[in-house]
Amino acid sequence: MKQYLLSVYMVEGAPVPAEDEIQRMYADVDTFNKKLQTSGHWVFAGGLHPADVATVVQPSAGGGITTTDGPFAEAKEHIGGFWVIKAADLDEALRLAGEGAVACGGPVEVRPFQDEPEGE
Amino acid sequence: MDPVSTVFRAEYGRAVATLTRLLGDIDSAEEAVQEAFAVATDRWPNDGTPPNPGGWIVTTARNRALDRIRRESTRRHRYEQAYRITDHDPEPREVGPVDDDRLRLVFTCCHPALAPAAQVALTLRLLGGLSTDEIARAFMVPEPTMGQRISRAKAKITAAGIPYRIPRDADLPDRLPPVLAVVYLIFNEGYTATTGQALIRDDLCHEAIRLARLLVELMPDEPEARGLLALLLLTAARRPARLDDRGRLVRLADQDRGRWDRPLIIEGHAIVRDCLRRNSPGPYQWQAAIAAVHADAADATQTDWGQIRALYDQLLAATGSPVVAVNRAVAVLETDGPAAALQVLDELVMSPAVDQLDRYQHFHATRAEVLAQLDRPADARAAYDRALALTGNEAEARFLGERQAALP
Repeated sequence: MKQYLLSVYMVEGAPVPAEDEIQRMYADVDTFNKKLQTSGHWVFAGGLHPADVATVVQPSAGGGITTTDGPFAEAKEHIGGFWVIKAADLDEALRLAGEGAVACGGPVEVRPFQDEPEGE
Repeated sequence: MDPVSTVFRAEYGRAVATLTRLLGDIDSAEEAVQEAFAVATDRWPNDGTPPNPGGWIVTTARNRALDRIRRESTRRHRYEQAYRITDHDPEPREVGPVDDDRLRLVFTCCHPALAPAAQVALTLRLLGGLSTDEIARAFMVPEPTMGQRISRAKAKITAAGIPYRIPRDADLPDRLPPVLAVVYLIFNEGYTATTGQALIRDDLCHEAIRLARLLVELMPDEPEARGLLALLLLTAARRPARLDDRGRLVRLADQDRGRWDRPLIIEGHAIVRDCLRRNSPGPYQWQAAIAAVHADAADATQTDWGQIRALYDQLLAATGSPVVAVNRAVAVLETDGPAAALQVLDELVMSPAVDQLDRYQHFHATRAEVLAQLDRPADARAAYDRALALTGNEAEARFLGERQAALP
C-alpha cells in the first residue's frame, strides 16, 4: 500500500455557499470519512482555518528566524483541508479522491508520499 | 540491417512489456532489456543468432535483472524481488477477455494522470523501441524537451503508483481515447518511419494492427476502436504498392491498385459499413471512411474527391487538427484546384498552429506541390528545400528531391 495526500483547494474570495449547502457538505464529508475508516484506507484527515490565519516562519540570513503574517504562497488558491489515505495504487487513490471531491464540492489534488527508506 | 537491429525492432516492445510484468518496474525492465541487447551485440556475430531470438532476449534480460537484484538490493527486498521473477507471476492475471503484456503497458503509458504528449512518447519509446531523437522528430519538438518529458513520465509512474494493468470494464471508455491515439501514432511511425533508410517499419504497423484488434476484442461495442482498426487495415492494404521495384516511394495517385491487399480492404470495408450502421461517428471512423473511398476507386481518376472533401470538413470541424487541415488542403486541390488549395494553406500560416506546421514536413511538401501546379517553380523549390530539411527518412527525401529536380 502507498500513502497519498489528498488536498482540498479553496479559492480566495469565492462566494460562500448557503448555510444548508455547507451543512450538506459537512454531512457528506463525514460519510466519506467513515467510509475511509471502515474500508481501511484512512490514515488521517483534517480541515484547516482559512489561509489568512496562517503564519510563516523561515530562517533569516543572520541565522535567526523571521515570522510573517499570512500564507506563504502568493496564490489565490490555498489548501482548505486534506486527507492522508492508504491505497493500492494511483487508480484507487484517484477513485477515492473523486468521492472526496464530490463530498466537499471542490478540486482535490492527489500526491503520493515518498516511500519510507527500506529497513534491513 | 544486422540481425541484432532486426530483432531489436521486432522484439523490443514485447521484451520490455514482459520484463515490466516480471519486475513490476518500467525503468528496471528497460535497463534489463537494453543490457540483453548489448550482450546480443557482443555474442551473436560470433555464436550466430539463436533460434528464438525474442525468447533469448527475455531470458537474458531476466537473468541480468536477477543478478542486479542480488548485487544491489537489501536482503528483504532482494528476496521479494527474486521471488517475483523466478517462481511465479507477480499477481494473478486478469480473467478478462484479453490478457496481453503489451496492451497492459499501453494502458499504463496512457494513464490519464500523464500528459497526453507524454503518453504517446512513452509508448513509442517502450513499445516501439524508438530513441528520444526519433520521437522528438515525430512530434516536432526539440530533443531535450522530449527527453525531459519521457523521464518525467517514467518517474511519475513509479512515484505515484500508476498500475500496470488493463483497467476495469467501468473505467475502459474513459481510458480509451489516449490509447487509440497512441496505437494510431505507432502505426503512422511504422508506415512512414521518421528516420532511417527504410520508409516503412512493418514491425510497428503489425504491432499497431495487433493492438487495435485486441482493443476491439476488449471493447466490442466501442465504434471508435472499430474505426481505428478499419483505418489501419485500409491504410496497410496499400503497403505493397507504396514502393516501386527500386524501393522508391510511389504516391497514392500513381500506385498500382492491383497490388493493394484485397483481403485487408474487404475486412476494412466491412468494418466501415458496420460503423455506419451504428451511426455514432468519430475521427477514426471518418478517416476510415476516407480510406474506404480511396479503396473504392479502380484508379486514381475515379476517386470521389467530393466525398473525401466532405469527410475532411467533418473531421476538421471535430478535431481542429493542423495535420488534418493540411490533408484537407490536398482534397481542396483535387476539387477546387491549386489556387483554392494555396489559399487554404496560406490561411494555415496565419493560424496559431503555424509553429507546429513549420516543423511538419508534409505541410511544406504539399505547399511545394501546389506552388508547382501554379507555375511558381522558384517558390516551389524553396518549399521543397524546407520539406527536405525536415525529413529524416531517406526514401522520402529521395522522393522529394526528385520532385524538386523535375521543376522547370
